[in-house]
Amino acid sequence: MPNKEKVLIANGQGFWGDSILGPIRLVNEGPLDYLTLDYLAEVTMSIMQKLKGRDPSAGYATDFVKMVERVLPKCREKNIKIVANAGGVNPQACREAVADTIRKLGIKGVKIGVVEGDDILTDLQSLIDSGEAFKNMDTGESLAPYVDKVMSANVYIGAEPIVEALQQGADIVITGRATDPSVVLAPMMYEFGWTMDDFHKLAAGTIAGHIVECGAQCTGGNFTNWREVPNMAQMGYPVIEAHPDGTFVVTKHEGTGGLVNLQTVSSQLVYEMGDPSSYITPDCIADFTSIQLKQESDQRVAVSGITGSKATDTYKVSISFQDGFKLVGQLTVAGPDAVEKAKLCADIVFDRVAMDGVEFAPEERFVEIVGTNVCHAGIATPPSEPAEVILRIGAKGHDRAKLNRLGMEIVPLVTSGPPGVTGFAGGRPKATDIISYWPALISKEKVKCSVSVEEV
Amino acid sequence: MKVALSKIAYSRSGDKGEGSNVGVVAYSPEGYEVIKSQLTTERVKAHFKDICFGDVVRYEAPNIMALNFILHDSLGGGGSESLKTDAQGKTHGLGILYMEVEVPDDFPLTND
Repeated sequence: MPNKEKVLIANGQGFWGDSILGPIRLVNEGPLDYLTLDYLAEVTMSIMQKLKGRDPSAGYATDFVKMVERVLPKCREKNIKIVANAGGVNPQACREAVADTIRKLGIKGVKIGVVEGDDILTDLQSLIDSGEAFKNMDTGESLAPYVDKVMSANVYIGAEPIVEALQQGADIVITGRATDPSVVLAPMMYEFGWTMDDFHKLAAGTIAGHIVECGAQCTGGNFTNWREVPNMAQMGYPVIEAHPDGTFVVTKHEGTGGLVNLQTVSSQLVYEMGDPSSYITPDCIADFTSIQLKQESDQRVAVSGITGSKATDTYKVSISFQDGFKLVGQLTVAGPDAVEKAKLCADIVFDRVAMDGVEFAPEERFVEIVGTNVCHAGIATPPSEPAEVILRIGAKGHDRAKLNRLGMEIVPLVTSGPPGVTGFAGGRPKATDIISYWPALISKEKVKCSVSVEEV
Repeated sequence: MKVALSKIAYSRSGDKGEGSNVGVVAYSPEGYEVIKSQLTTERVKAHFKDICFGDVVRYEAPNIMALNFILHDSLGGGGSESLKTDAQGKTHGLGILYMEVEVPDDFPLTND
């Protein structure tokens, strides 16, 4: 068991699609022990399940493989371990792709750990038969009648199996739907020997994970007082300096842009918050009202005082459905009279599809005129006469063909509507899936995570 | 005197199912007392009347001088259903800062 006094953990990816410069700069621009990466959102799991349906070797975060290729030589040099929930719904395929990349780089002796067991899609019916109702946490409804429509079903798993992979010597750990804070907590548990009963410490590690899980959102990104944030282009991604007693410091590498102060850290603490006294993860229940923050020195915020309680005996499950389709297209309308012309354009589109037998009831129609205060409707004062607006027009429904017919009638406005209509470069929009979620719980004893570690 | 909430607090927001969460953090302990007493769920609901069509729930985190509001039914549908530009409620945080609060004339203001 390692016994360090301080462990440096950075998060280089807040979501699938975040900048690849985050992790690359983190391994190059300062000291680090662990690089964690969060690739998964609810919608990501259903997209990945769909990709896997078409190609059995797909269904994971392909960005991760490209990232490993670029950072691994430096990680070997500086002895940085990587923990990522990049496995999506196909962690073994992700492992294979990473192993291929490592061989291609000519690097030897890398141990890759894989954590599986979160994907319960094929076991749903047998789990229901064994007494798991998967009652919708919002509506109380049982899942049974809808089980055939499910696209993906993943248990939010915790830090324990990641710790096991690290104990088996893994240099890279790839998981499926491990929670975002768990990938940050796991290295602390491993390095400091924390157990599942050390719930105050687990809560501290969980809150550290919450602070860094959106990458640069705690180092000055998306900060209200954005003018105070220096050198945003080179914004540093967050680094946690964790201590064995559960206290930690939020910081970033020296010389990087961005801002770490009480306000940028507090901003991220309230992000996606529900009841602050009860932040439930698979690992513990963390109490955000116990957090004490202190500006220790420039770009360093010390966090202490965190309390928590023992984890619940259930895991949360994210179940997704294909629930109809949506379509939205857009055009730019220049002035004079931009708003009046945009409204006319919207009416024309719905009138024309109706002439072809495709009717949309008023409540099915979506019209948004960007430039007239759509984000802060009823709050800010819209300009009386914007010089130009973006017209977004669309609809939702269960008839894909009907939506696609609507999509065909948007671009023609350029030549058959009022003057000044442009910005049609995106071409004809197409209907896409609406994914809905069914949040539920499952007894922890019904979920068996497996850990395998192999050397490449 | 009446001032914009942005003079005494900052914010962040994001999606939470069919709704959004809006965190408001005061710059000072005095500012926290102001938001705690004046940012009632009724006032916040009225402020977001054209955005939030469900209940507003409020939580307090005095240790970080923060209030957290859940604005139910404020995204035009949950999951990937919404067609709105701001389908994740990313801008609701800036939206709440347009609210006005009553403070003493000598109250220290930020961004003034």
